[in-house]
Amino acid sequence: MSIEIRNLIHTYMAGGPFERTAIEDVSLTIEDGEFVGLIGHTGSGKSTLIMHLNGLIKPTSGSILVDGLDLMDKKTSLKDVRKKVGLVFQYPEYQLFEETILKDVMFGPKNLGLSDQEAEERARHALRQVGLADESMYEKSPFELSGGQKRRVAIAGVLAMKPTTLILDEPTAGLDPRGREEILSLIKRYHEEEKVTLIMVSHSMTDVSRLCSRILVMDHSRLVMNGTPDEVFMNGDRLMQAGLALPPCAELAERLRGAGFDIPADAYRPGELKQAILRSLGRGKSHA
Amino acid sequence: MLDNITLGQYLPGNSFLHRMDPRAKILLTVVMIVAVFTANTWIGYAGLFLFIGGTALLSRINLKFIIKGVKPIFYIILLTFFINLFFNSGETVLVEWGVVRITKEGLVNATFMALRLLLLVFCTQLLTLTTSPIALTDGLERLLKPLSKIGFPSHELAMMMSIALRFIPTLMEETDKIMKAQMARGADFESGNLINRAKAMLPLLVPLFVSAFRRADELAMAMEARCYRGGDNRTRMKVLKFTKVDAIAAAAVLAMTAFAIIF
Repeated sequence: MSIEIRNLIHTYMAGGPFERTAIEDVSLTIEDGEFVGLIGHTGSGKSTLIMHLNGLIKPTSGSILVDGLDLMDKKTSLKDVRKKVGLVFQYPEYQLFEETILKDVMFGPKNLGLSDQEAEERARHALRQVGLADESMYEKSPFELSGGQKRRVAIAGVLAMKPTTLILDEPTAGLDPRGREEILSLIKRYHEEEKVTLIMVSHSMTDVSRLCSRILVMDHSRLVMNGTPDEVFMNGDRLMQAGLALPPCAELAERLRGAGFDIPADAYRPGELKQAILRSLGRGKSHA
Repeated sequence: MLDNITLGQYLPGNSFLHRMDPRAKILLTVVMIVAVFTANTWIGYAGLFLFIGGTALLSRINLKFIIKGVKPIFYIILLTFFINLFFNSGETVLVEWGVVRITKEGLVNATFMALRLLLLVFCTQLLTLTTSPIALTDGLERLLKPLSKIGFPSHELAMMMSIALRFIPTLMEETDKIMKAQMARGADFESGNLINRAKAMLPLLVPLFVSAFRRADELAMAMEARCYRGGDNRTRMKVLKFTKVDAIAAAAVLAMTAFAIIF
Protein backbone atom coordinates (compact mmCIF):
# COMPACT_ATOMS: atom_id res chain seq x y z
CA MET A 1 0.00 0.00 0.00
CA SER A 2 1.47 3.27 -1.02
CA ILE A 3 1.48 6.59 0.74
CA GLU A 4 1.81 9.83 -1.15
CA ILE A 5 2.35 13.14 0.57
CA ARG A 6 2.38 16.34 -1.45
CA ASN A 7 3.44 19.76 -0.13
CA LEU A 8 2.28 19.02 3.38
CA ILE A 9 2.30 22.00 5.73
CA HIS A 10 1.14 21.90 9.32
CA THR A 11 0.96 24.95 11.57
CA TYR A 12 -0.05 24.67 15.21
CA MET A 13 -2.36 27.36 16.58
CA ALA A 14 -2.34 29.32 13.35
CA GLY A 15 -2.96 33.02 13.82
CA GLY A 16 -2.33 33.08 17.57
CA PRO A 17 0.70 34.37 19.43
CA PHE A 18 1.91 30.79 19.89
CA GLU A 19 1.88 29.97 16.19
CA ARG A 20 4.43 27.36 15.33
CA THR A 21 5.11 25.54 12.10
CA ALA A 22 5.65 21.85 12.72
CA ILE A 23 5.89 20.67 9.14
CA GLU A 24 7.01 22.80 6.27
CA ASP A 25 6.39 21.70 2.72
CA VAL A 26 7.08 17.99 2.91
CA SER A 27 6.55 15.81 -0.15
CA LEU A 28 7.36 12.11 -0.25
CA THR A 29 6.20 8.76 -1.52
CA ILE A 30 6.38 5.46 0.31
CA GLU A 31 5.94 2.32 -1.75
CA ASP A 32 4.22 -0.92 -0.93
CA GLY A 33 6.18 -3.13 1.46
CA GLU A 34 8.98 -0.67 2.08
CA PHE A 35 10.68 -0.44 5.47
CA VAL A 36 11.33 3.24 6.01
CA GLY A 37 13.13 4.88 8.90
CA LEU A 38 12.16 8.39 9.88
CA ILE A 39 14.73 10.18 11.99
CA GLY A 40 15.27 13.64 13.35
CA HIS A 41 16.04 15.27 16.66
CA THR A 42 13.31 16.05 19.22
CA GLY A 43 10.86 18.60 17.86
CA SER A 44 11.87 18.19 14.24
CA GLY A 45 8.30 17.37 13.27
CA LYS A 46 8.47 13.62 12.81
CA SER A 47 5.71 12.76 15.28
CA THR A 48 3.46 15.40 13.74
CA LEU A 49 4.15 13.96 10.30
CA ILE A 50 3.12 10.42 11.19
CA MET A 51 -0.05 11.55 12.93
CA HIS A 52 -1.18 12.91 9.58
CA LEU A 53 -0.92 9.50 8.01
CA ASN A 54 -3.98 8.08 9.71
CA GLY A 55 -5.96 11.26 9.94
CA LEU A 56 -5.39 12.04 13.62
CA ILE A 57 -4.52 15.58 12.66
CA LYS A 58 -5.39 17.50 9.56
CA PRO A 59 -2.82 19.31 7.46
CA THR A 60 -2.96 23.09 7.23
CA SER A 61 -2.42 22.61 3.50
CA GLY A 62 -1.20 19.95 1.13
CA SER A 63 -2.50 16.52 0.24
CA ILE A 64 -2.10 12.98 1.56
CA LEU A 65 -3.11 9.88 -0.36
CA VAL A 66 -3.09 6.59 1.52
CA ASP A 67 -3.69 3.67 -0.79
CA GLY A 68 -5.76 5.90 -3.04
CA LEU A 69 -7.79 7.34 -0.15
CA ASP A 70 -7.61 11.11 -0.05
CA LEU A 71 -7.29 12.15 3.59
CA MET A 72 -8.25 15.73 2.80
CA ASP A 73 -11.55 14.60 1.36
CA LYS A 74 -14.30 14.96 3.96
CA LYS A 75 -16.08 11.93 2.54
CA THR A 76 -13.17 9.62 3.31
CA SER A 77 -14.06 7.52 6.33
CA LEU A 78 -11.38 7.86 8.97
CA LYS A 79 -12.27 4.40 10.20
CA ASP A 80 -11.21 2.95 6.84
CA VAL A 81 -7.96 4.87 7.00
CA ARG A 82 -7.23 3.70 10.54
CA LYS A 83 -7.96 0.14 9.52
CA LYS A 84 -5.21 0.39 6.92
CA VAL A 85 -2.71 2.44 8.87
CA GLY A 86 -1.80 1.20 12.33
CA LEU A 87 -0.03 3.70 14.53
CA VAL A 88 1.91 2.71 17.62
CA PHE A 89 2.66 5.79 19.68
CA GLN A 90 5.70 6.49 21.76
CA TYR A 91 5.44 4.74 25.13
CA PRO A 92 2.35 2.86 23.97
CA GLU A 93 2.09 1.06 27.32
CA TYR A 94 0.47 4.21 28.72
CA GLN A 95 -2.61 3.53 26.65
CA LEU A 96 -3.41 0.17 28.27
CA PHE A 97 -6.65 0.29 30.20
CA GLU A 98 -8.57 -2.99 30.16
CA GLU A 99 -8.95 -5.52 32.95
CA THR A 100 -7.10 -8.24 31.11
CA ILE A 101 -4.36 -8.37 28.52
CA LEU A 102 -6.55 -10.21 26.06
CA LYS A 103 -9.37 -7.68 26.35
CA ASP A 104 -6.99 -4.81 25.82
CA VAL A 105 -5.64 -6.29 22.61
CA MET A 106 -9.22 -6.97 21.49
CA PHE A 107 -10.13 -3.29 21.85
CA GLY A 108 -8.89 -2.31 18.38
CA PRO A 109 -10.42 -5.20 16.40
CA LYS A 110 -13.74 -4.72 18.19
CA ASN A 111 -13.73 -1.04 17.26
CA LEU A 112 -13.42 -2.18 13.66
CA GLY A 113 -16.72 -3.97 14.12
CA LEU A 114 -15.46 -7.55 14.36
CA SER A 115 -17.32 -10.12 16.42
CA ASP A 116 -16.00 -11.06 19.86
CA GLN A 117 -14.84 -14.42 18.60
CA GLU A 118 -12.98 -13.01 15.62
CA ALA A 119 -11.47 -10.24 17.74
CA GLU A 120 -10.26 -12.80 20.26
CA GLU A 121 -8.66 -14.93 17.56
CA ARG A 122 -6.85 -11.92 16.18
CA ALA A 123 -5.79 -10.86 19.66
CA ARG A 124 -4.32 -14.26 20.45
CA HIS A 125 -2.52 -14.30 17.12
CA ALA A 126 -1.12 -10.79 17.66
CA LEU A 127 0.05 -11.67 21.15
CA ARG A 128 1.91 -14.68 19.79
CA GLN A 129 3.43 -12.45 17.11
CA VAL A 130 4.90 -10.15 19.74
CA GLY A 131 6.36 -13.13 21.55
CA LEU A 132 3.82 -13.52 24.35
CA ALA A 133 2.98 -17.15 23.74
CA ASP A 134 2.11 -18.08 27.32
CA GLU A 135 -1.71 -18.20 27.22
CA SER A 136 -2.02 -18.37 31.00
CA MET A 137 -1.07 -14.72 31.25
CA TYR A 138 -3.77 -13.46 28.87
CA GLU A 139 -6.26 -13.19 31.69
CA LYS A 140 -3.92 -11.15 33.87
CA SER A 141 -4.17 -7.40 34.27
CA PRO A 142 -1.86 -5.55 31.88
CA PHE A 143 -0.72 -3.42 34.81
CA GLU A 144 0.99 -6.42 36.40
CA LEU A 145 3.46 -6.79 33.55
CA SER A 146 7.01 -5.53 33.26
CA GLY A 147 7.75 -2.47 31.12
CA GLY A 148 8.94 -4.41 28.10
CA GLN A 149 6.00 -6.81 28.26
CA LYS A 150 3.53 -3.95 28.55
CA ARG A 151 5.00 -2.42 25.44
CA ARG A 152 4.63 -5.66 23.55
CA VAL A 153 1.00 -5.96 24.62
CA ALA A 154 0.40 -2.41 23.42
CA ILE A 155 2.02 -3.18 20.07
CA ALA A 156 -0.09 -6.33 19.80
CA GLY A 157 -3.13 -4.09 20.31
CA VAL A 158 -2.32 -2.38 17.03
CA LEU A 159 -1.16 -5.50 15.17
CA ALA A 160 -4.47 -7.18 15.95
CA MET A 161 -6.15 -4.61 13.71
CA LYS A 162 -4.14 -6.09 10.82
CA PRO A 163 -3.02 -2.80 9.31
CA THR A 164 -1.36 -2.89 5.91
CA THR A 165 0.89 -0.04 6.96
CA LEU A 166 2.42 -0.07 10.39
CA ILE A 167 3.94 3.05 11.89
CA LEU A 168 5.96 2.84 15.09
CA ASP A 169 7.01 5.97 16.96
CA GLU A 170 10.23 5.27 18.83
CA PRO A 171 9.31 1.70 19.67
CA THR A 172 12.46 1.13 21.71
CA ALA A 173 12.46 4.34 23.76
CA GLY A 174 13.24 3.74 27.41
CA LEU A 175 13.93 0.03 27.10
CA ASP A 176 17.04 -1.79 28.25
CA PRO A 177 19.35 -3.35 25.61
CA ARG A 178 17.61 -6.69 25.79
CA GLY A 179 14.16 -5.15 25.50
CA ARG A 180 15.33 -3.11 22.49
CA GLU A 181 16.71 -6.17 20.81
CA GLU A 182 13.47 -8.08 21.34
CA ILE A 183 11.29 -5.29 20.01
CA LEU A 184 13.51 -4.67 16.98
CA SER A 185 13.67 -8.31 16.01
CA LEU A 186 9.93 -8.72 16.38
CA ILE A 187 9.40 -5.69 14.14
CA LYS A 188 11.79 -7.13 11.57
CA ARG A 189 10.10 -10.51 11.66
CA TYR A 190 6.68 -8.94 11.37
CA HIS A 191 7.75 -6.95 8.32
CA GLU A 192 9.12 -10.04 6.63
CA GLU A 193 6.17 -12.28 7.44
CA GLU A 194 3.27 -9.93 6.86
CA LYS A 195 4.76 -7.95 3.96
CA VAL A 196 3.40 -4.72 5.40
CA THR A 197 4.70 -1.25 4.72
CA LEU A 198 6.61 -0.20 7.79
CA ILE A 199 7.62 3.22 9.01
CA MET A 200 9.77 3.43 12.09
CA VAL A 201 10.46 6.72 13.81
CA SER A 202 13.66 6.74 15.77
CA HIS A 203 16.48 8.78 17.23
CA SER A 204 18.79 5.87 16.89
CA MET A 205 20.76 5.74 13.67
CA THR A 206 21.96 2.31 14.62
CA ASP A 207 18.46 0.85 14.82
CA VAL A 208 17.43 2.52 11.61
CA SER A 209 20.55 1.47 9.71
CA ARG A 210 20.05 -2.14 10.71
CA LEU A 211 16.48 -2.47 9.54
CA CYS A 212 15.47 0.11 6.99
CA SER A 213 15.87 0.14 3.25
CA ARG A 214 15.29 3.85 3.11
CA ILE A 215 15.87 6.70 5.52
CA LEU A 216 14.04 9.99 5.80
CA VAL A 217 15.73 12.71 7.82
CA MET A 218 13.78 15.65 9.23
CA ASP A 219 15.34 18.82 10.52
CA HIS A 220 13.53 21.98 11.62
CA SER A 221 10.15 20.91 10.21
CA ARG A 222 11.59 20.05 6.83
CA LEU A 223 12.45 16.80 5.12
CA VAL A 224 16.15 17.28 4.42
CA MET A 225 17.28 13.82 3.29
CA ASN A 226 15.51 10.95 1.62
CA GLY A 227 17.51 8.00 0.37
CA THR A 228 19.04 4.59 1.00
CA PRO A 229 21.14 4.26 4.15
CA ASP A 230 24.44 4.47 2.27
CA GLU A 231 23.33 7.62 0.47
CA VAL A 232 22.35 9.21 3.76
CA PHE A 233 25.44 8.06 5.67
CA MET A 234 27.76 9.40 2.97
CA ASN A 235 26.52 12.82 4.00
CA GLY A 236 27.65 12.80 7.62
CA ASP A 237 28.05 16.58 7.82
CA ARG A 238 24.45 17.26 6.97
CA LEU A 239 23.38 14.72 9.60
CA MET A 240 25.48 16.46 12.23
CA GLN A 241 23.84 19.71 11.22
CA ALA A 242 20.45 18.11 11.82
CA GLY A 243 21.58 17.22 15.34
CA LEU A 244 22.10 13.55 14.51
CA ALA A 245 25.12 11.30 14.55
CA LEU A 246 26.21 8.55 12.20
CA PRO A 247 25.81 5.03 13.55
CA PRO A 248 29.13 3.88 15.04
CA CYS A 249 29.86 1.50 12.15
CA ALA A 250 29.21 4.12 9.49
CA GLU A 251 31.41 6.55 11.38
CA LEU A 252 34.21 4.03 11.60
CA ALA A 253 33.84 3.33 7.89
CA GLU A 254 34.06 7.01 7.10
CA ARG A 255 37.18 7.47 9.23
CA LEU A 256 38.81 4.48 7.61
CA ARG A 257 37.98 5.92 4.19
CA GLY A 258 39.51 9.19 5.34
CA ALA A 259 42.67 7.32 6.31
CA GLY A 260 42.94 5.90 2.82
CA PHE A 261 41.32 2.51 3.23
CA ASP A 262 39.08 1.23 0.50
CA ILE A 263 35.71 0.80 2.22
CA PRO A 264 32.60 0.72 0.01
CA ALA A 265 29.70 3.05 0.80
CA ASP A 266 27.26 0.26 1.58
CA ALA A 267 29.39 -1.15 4.40
CA TYR A 268 27.58 0.55 7.29
CA ARG A 269 26.40 -2.57 9.13
CA PRO A 270 28.73 -4.50 11.45
CA GLY A 271 28.92 -7.63 9.26
CA GLU A 272 29.58 -5.86 5.98
CA LEU A 273 32.05 -3.49 7.55
CA LYS A 274 34.00 -6.39 9.01
CA GLN A 275 34.23 -8.01 5.59
CA ALA A 276 35.27 -4.74 3.98
CA ILE A 277 38.02 -4.17 6.55
CA LEU A 278 39.31 -7.72 6.17
CA ARG A 279 39.32 -7.39 2.40
CA SER A 280 41.08 -4.08 2.58
CA LEU A 281 43.66 -5.42 5.05
CA GLY A 282 44.21 -8.56 2.98
CA ARG A 283 44.94 -6.49 -0.08
CA GLY A 284 47.26 -4.30 2.00
CA LYS A 285 49.21 -7.37 3.08
CA SER A 286 49.61 -8.69 -0.46
CA HIS A 287 51.10 -5.36 -1.51
CA ALA A 288 53.61 -5.38 1.34
CA MET B 1 -10.06 20.86 20.82
CA LEU B 2 -8.07 21.40 23.99
CA ASP B 3 -6.35 24.46 22.54
CA ASN B 4 -9.36 26.68 23.10
CA ILE B 5 -9.22 27.09 26.84
CA THR B 6 -7.94 30.53 27.79
CA LEU B 7 -9.49 30.79 31.23
CA GLY B 8 -6.60 30.90 33.66
CA GLN B 9 -3.91 31.27 31.04
CA TYR B 10 -0.95 33.53 31.69
CA LEU B 11 0.46 35.78 28.99
CA PRO B 12 3.93 37.08 29.80
CA GLY B 13 4.49 40.80 29.38
CA ASN B 14 5.97 43.88 30.97
CA SER B 15 3.08 46.28 31.42
CA PHE B 16 2.39 48.01 34.74
CA LEU B 17 -0.20 45.33 35.42
CA HIS B 18 2.42 42.63 34.99
CA ARG B 19 4.78 44.45 37.31
CA MET B 20 2.29 44.87 40.13
CA ASP B 21 2.64 42.89 43.31
CA PRO B 22 0.42 39.81 43.08
CA ARG B 23 -0.97 40.48 46.56
CA ALA B 24 -2.09 43.93 45.48
CA LYS B 25 -3.60 42.48 42.33
CA ILE B 26 -5.55 39.84 44.20
CA LEU B 27 -6.85 42.30 46.79
CA LEU B 28 -7.74 44.90 44.19
CA THR B 29 -9.51 42.30 42.09
CA VAL B 30 -11.62 41.43 45.11
CA VAL B 31 -12.38 45.12 45.64
CA MET B 32 -13.31 45.46 41.98
CA ILE B 33 -15.66 42.48 42.26
CA VAL B 34 -17.35 44.13 45.23
CA ALA B 35 -17.68 47.29 43.17
CA VAL B 36 -19.11 45.34 40.24
CA PHE B 37 -21.75 43.76 42.45
CA THR B 38 -22.72 46.89 44.34
CA ALA B 39 -23.05 49.12 41.30
CA ASN B 40 -26.68 49.63 40.50
CA THR B 41 -26.97 52.33 37.87
CA TRP B 42 -26.17 52.72 34.19
CA ILE B 43 -23.62 55.41 35.00
CA GLY B 44 -21.95 53.08 37.49
CA TYR B 45 -21.66 50.30 34.91
CA ALA B 46 -20.48 52.65 32.19
CA GLY B 47 -17.77 53.83 34.56
CA LEU B 48 -16.75 50.27 35.45
CA PHE B 49 -16.67 49.26 31.80
CA LEU B 50 -14.46 52.20 30.91
CA PHE B 51 -12.21 51.54 33.88
CA ILE B 52 -11.75 47.82 33.18
CA GLY B 53 -11.45 48.43 29.45
CA GLY B 54 -8.80 51.06 30.13
CA THR B 55 -6.91 48.69 32.41
CA ALA B 56 -7.09 46.01 29.73
CA LEU B 57 -5.63 48.42 27.18
CA LEU B 58 -2.86 49.39 29.59
CA SER B 59 -2.03 45.71 30.15
CA ARG B 60 -1.25 45.53 26.41
CA ILE B 61 -2.91 42.16 26.17
CA ASN B 62 -4.65 41.37 22.94
CA LEU B 63 -8.32 42.02 23.67
CA LYS B 64 -9.17 38.87 21.74
CA PHE B 65 -7.81 36.82 24.64
CA ILE B 66 -9.94 38.59 27.21
CA ILE B 67 -13.06 38.19 25.09
CA LYS B 68 -12.27 34.55 24.35
CA GLY B 69 -12.37 33.88 28.10
CA VAL B 70 -16.07 34.72 28.12
CA LYS B 71 -16.85 31.92 25.68
CA PRO B 72 -16.94 29.01 28.15
CA ILE B 73 -19.43 30.80 30.40
CA PHE B 74 -21.39 32.55 27.68
CA TYR B 75 -24.36 30.25 28.14
CA ILE B 76 -24.34 30.73 31.89
CA ILE B 77 -24.55 34.48 31.34
CA LEU B 78 -27.37 33.99 28.85
CA LEU B 79 -29.24 31.69 31.23
CA THR B 80 -28.85 34.13 34.12
CA PHE B 81 -30.13 36.89 31.89
CA PHE B 82 -33.27 35.02 30.91
CA ILE B 83 -34.00 33.71 34.39
CA ASN B 84 -33.78 37.24 35.74
CA LEU B 85 -35.86 38.47 32.85
CA PHE B 86 -38.74 36.04 33.28
CA PHE B 87 -38.86 35.61 37.03
CA ASN B 88 -38.99 39.15 38.12
CA SER B 89 -41.86 40.85 39.89
CA GLY B 90 -41.74 44.37 38.51
CA GLU B 91 -44.51 46.88 38.07
CA THR B 92 -44.17 48.26 34.56
CA VAL B 93 -45.15 45.50 32.19
CA LEU B 94 -43.51 45.65 28.78
CA VAL B 95 -44.70 42.42 27.22
CA GLU B 96 -47.31 40.00 28.48
CA TRP B 97 -47.92 36.80 26.61
CA GLY B 98 -49.50 33.90 28.44
CA VAL B 99 -47.37 33.06 31.46
CA VAL B 100 -44.48 35.08 30.07
CA ARG B 101 -44.39 38.51 31.61
CA ILE B 102 -41.51 40.85 31.01
CA THR B 103 -41.32 43.98 33.11
CA LYS B 104 -39.12 47.01 32.79
CA GLU B 105 -37.53 46.33 36.18
CA GLY B 106 -36.93 42.75 35.17
CA LEU B 107 -35.21 43.82 31.96
CA VAL B 108 -32.98 46.29 33.79
CA ASN B 109 -32.19 43.75 36.49
CA ALA B 110 -31.40 41.02 33.99
CA THR B 111 -29.12 43.33 32.03
CA PHE B 112 -27.30 44.38 35.20
CA MET B 113 -26.87 40.74 36.21
CA ALA B 114 -25.42 39.83 32.83
CA LEU B 115 -23.14 42.89 32.94
CA ARG B 116 -21.97 41.88 36.40
CA LEU B 117 -21.00 38.40 35.27
CA LEU B 118 -19.29 39.81 32.20
CA LEU B 119 -17.30 42.32 34.25
CA LEU B 120 -16.51 39.64 36.79
CA VAL B 121 -14.94 37.50 34.08
CA PHE B 122 -13.05 40.47 32.64
CA CYS B 123 -11.63 41.34 36.07
CA THR B 124 -10.47 37.85 36.91
CA GLN B 125 -9.18 37.41 33.36
CA LEU B 126 -7.03 40.50 33.77
CA LEU B 127 -5.67 39.03 36.98
CA THR B 128 -4.81 35.60 35.61
CA LEU B 129 -3.62 36.79 32.21
CA THR B 130 -1.09 39.16 33.77
CA THR B 131 0.02 37.10 36.76
CA SER B 132 1.98 33.90 36.47
CA PRO B 133 0.45 31.00 38.41
CA ILE B 134 3.49 30.93 40.67
CA ALA B 135 3.20 34.62 41.54
CA LEU B 136 -0.51 34.11 42.07
CA THR B 137 -0.11 31.30 44.59
CA ASP B 138 2.77 33.15 46.21
CA GLY B 139 0.59 36.15 46.70
CA LEU B 140 -2.26 34.05 48.00
CA GLU B 141 0.01 32.30 50.44
CA ARG B 142 1.22 35.59 51.86
CA LEU B 143 -2.30 36.93 52.11
CA LEU B 144 -3.49 33.83 53.96
CA LYS B 145 -0.45 33.68 56.22
CA PRO B 146 -2.10 35.42 59.20
CA LEU B 147 -4.65 32.60 59.25
CA SER B 148 -1.97 30.00 59.92
CA LYS B 149 -1.96 31.23 63.53
CA ILE B 150 -5.32 29.57 63.97
CA GLY B 151 -4.13 26.42 62.25
CA PHE B 152 -5.03 27.21 58.67
CA PRO B 153 -2.52 25.42 56.39
CA SER B 154 -1.78 28.42 54.15
CA HIS B 155 1.54 27.18 52.81
CA GLU B 156 0.29 23.69 52.10
CA LEU B 157 -2.75 25.08 50.37
CA ALA B 158 -0.63 27.35 48.19
CA MET B 159 1.74 24.49 47.40
CA MET B 160 -1.15 22.26 46.42
CA MET B 161 -2.56 25.00 44.25
CA SER B 162 0.68 25.66 42.44
CA ILE B 163 1.23 21.95 41.87
CA ALA B 164 -2.30 21.58 40.54
CA LEU B 165 -1.86 24.57 38.24
CA ARG B 166 1.53 23.32 37.15
CA PHE B 167 0.04 20.00 36.07
CA ILE B 168 -2.96 21.28 34.16
CA PRO B 169 -1.05 21.68 30.88
CA THR B 170 0.75 18.40 31.47
CA LEU B 171 -2.49 16.54 32.00
CA MET B 172 -4.08 18.19 29.00
CA GLU B 173 -1.16 17.13 26.85
CA GLU B 174 -1.42 13.65 28.24
CA THR B 175 -5.17 13.52 27.60
CA ASP B 176 -4.55 14.60 24.04
CA LYS B 177 -1.89 11.93 23.55
CA ILE B 178 -3.94 9.08 25.01
CA MET B 179 -6.97 10.21 23.08
CA LYS B 180 -5.01 10.09 19.84
CA ALA B 181 -3.55 6.71 20.71
CA GLN B 182 -7.00 5.26 21.35
CA MET B 183 -8.39 6.91 18.24
CA ALA B 184 -5.62 5.22 16.29
CA ARG B 185 -7.04 1.99 17.71
CA GLY B 186 -10.44 2.91 16.34
CA ALA B 187 -11.94 4.45 19.46
CA ASP B 188 -14.72 6.93 18.80
CA PHE B 189 -15.16 9.76 21.30
CA GLU B 190 -17.51 11.90 19.30
CA SER B 191 -20.60 9.97 18.23
CA GLY B 192 -23.21 7.82 19.94
CA ASN B 193 -25.67 8.59 22.73
CA LEU B 194 -24.77 9.77 26.21
CA ILE B 195 -24.26 6.32 27.72
CA ASN B 196 -22.11 5.14 24.84
CA ARG B 197 -20.06 8.28 25.01
CA ALA B 198 -19.53 7.87 28.74
CA LYS B 199 -18.42 4.30 28.11
CA ALA B 200 -16.08 5.49 25.37
CA MET B 201 -14.33 7.69 27.94
CA LEU B 202 -13.11 4.66 29.86
CA PRO B 203 -10.12 3.94 27.60
CA LEU B 204 -9.15 7.56 28.14
CA LEU B 205 -9.78 7.92 31.87
CA VAL B 206 -8.13 4.72 33.10
CA PRO B 207 -4.72 5.47 31.56
CA LEU B 208 -5.04 9.12 32.58
CA PHE B 209 -5.64 8.22 36.24
CA VAL B 210 -2.88 5.66 36.21
CA SER B 211 -0.41 8.18 34.91
CA ALA B 212 -1.65 10.95 37.23
CA PHE B 213 -1.07 8.71 40.24
CA ARG B 214 2.32 7.72 38.94
CA ARG B 215 3.25 11.36 38.45
CA ALA B 216 2.03 12.32 41.91
CA ASP B 217 4.08 9.54 43.40
CA GLU B 218 7.20 10.54 41.50
CA LEU B 219 6.75 14.19 42.40
CA ALA B 220 6.31 13.40 46.11
CA MET B 221 9.45 11.29 45.97
CA ALA B 222 11.43 14.01 44.21
CA MET B 223 10.28 16.61 46.72
CA GLU B 224 11.24 14.45 49.64
CA ALA B 225 14.59 13.70 48.06
CA ARG B 226 15.19 17.44 48.17
CA CYS B 227 14.17 17.55 51.82
CA TYR B 228 10.90 19.38 51.37
CA ARG B 229 9.35 19.97 54.78
CA GLY B 230 6.55 22.45 54.34
CA GLY B 231 6.68 26.20 54.73
CA ASP B 232 8.44 26.82 58.04
CA ASN B 233 11.47 29.06 57.75
CA ARG B 234 11.57 28.89 53.99
CA THR B 235 13.08 31.89 52.30
CA ARG B 236 12.13 33.03 48.81
CA MET B 237 14.05 33.79 45.71
CA LYS B 238 11.61 36.52 44.78
CA VAL B 239 10.53 38.54 47.79
CA LEU B 240 7.23 40.28 47.20
CA LYS B 241 7.38 44.05 47.55
CA PHE B 242 4.70 46.71 47.28
CA THR B 243 5.82 49.53 45.01
CA LYS B 244 4.58 52.88 43.78
CA VAL B 245 2.71 51.16 40.95
CA ASP B 246 0.64 49.24 43.51
CA ALA B 247 -0.17 52.42 45.41
CA ILE B 248 -1.33 54.18 42.24
CA ALA B 249 -3.42 51.18 41.21
CA ALA B 250 -4.96 50.94 44.67
CA ALA B 251 -5.89 54.62 44.64
CA ALA B 252 -7.47 54.26 41.20
CA VAL B 253 -9.44 51.15 42.13
CA LEU B 254 -10.67 52.67 45.38
CA ALA B 255 -11.78 55.81 43.57
CA MET B 256 -13.57 53.68 41.00
CA THR B 257 -15.28 51.68 43.73
CA ALA B 258 -16.42 54.81 45.50
CA PHE B 259 -17.78 56.08 42.17
CA ALA B 260 -19.62 52.81 41.51
CA ILE B 261 -21.18 52.80 44.98
CA ILE B 262 -22.18 56.47 45.08
CA PHE B 263 -23.77 56.63 41.63
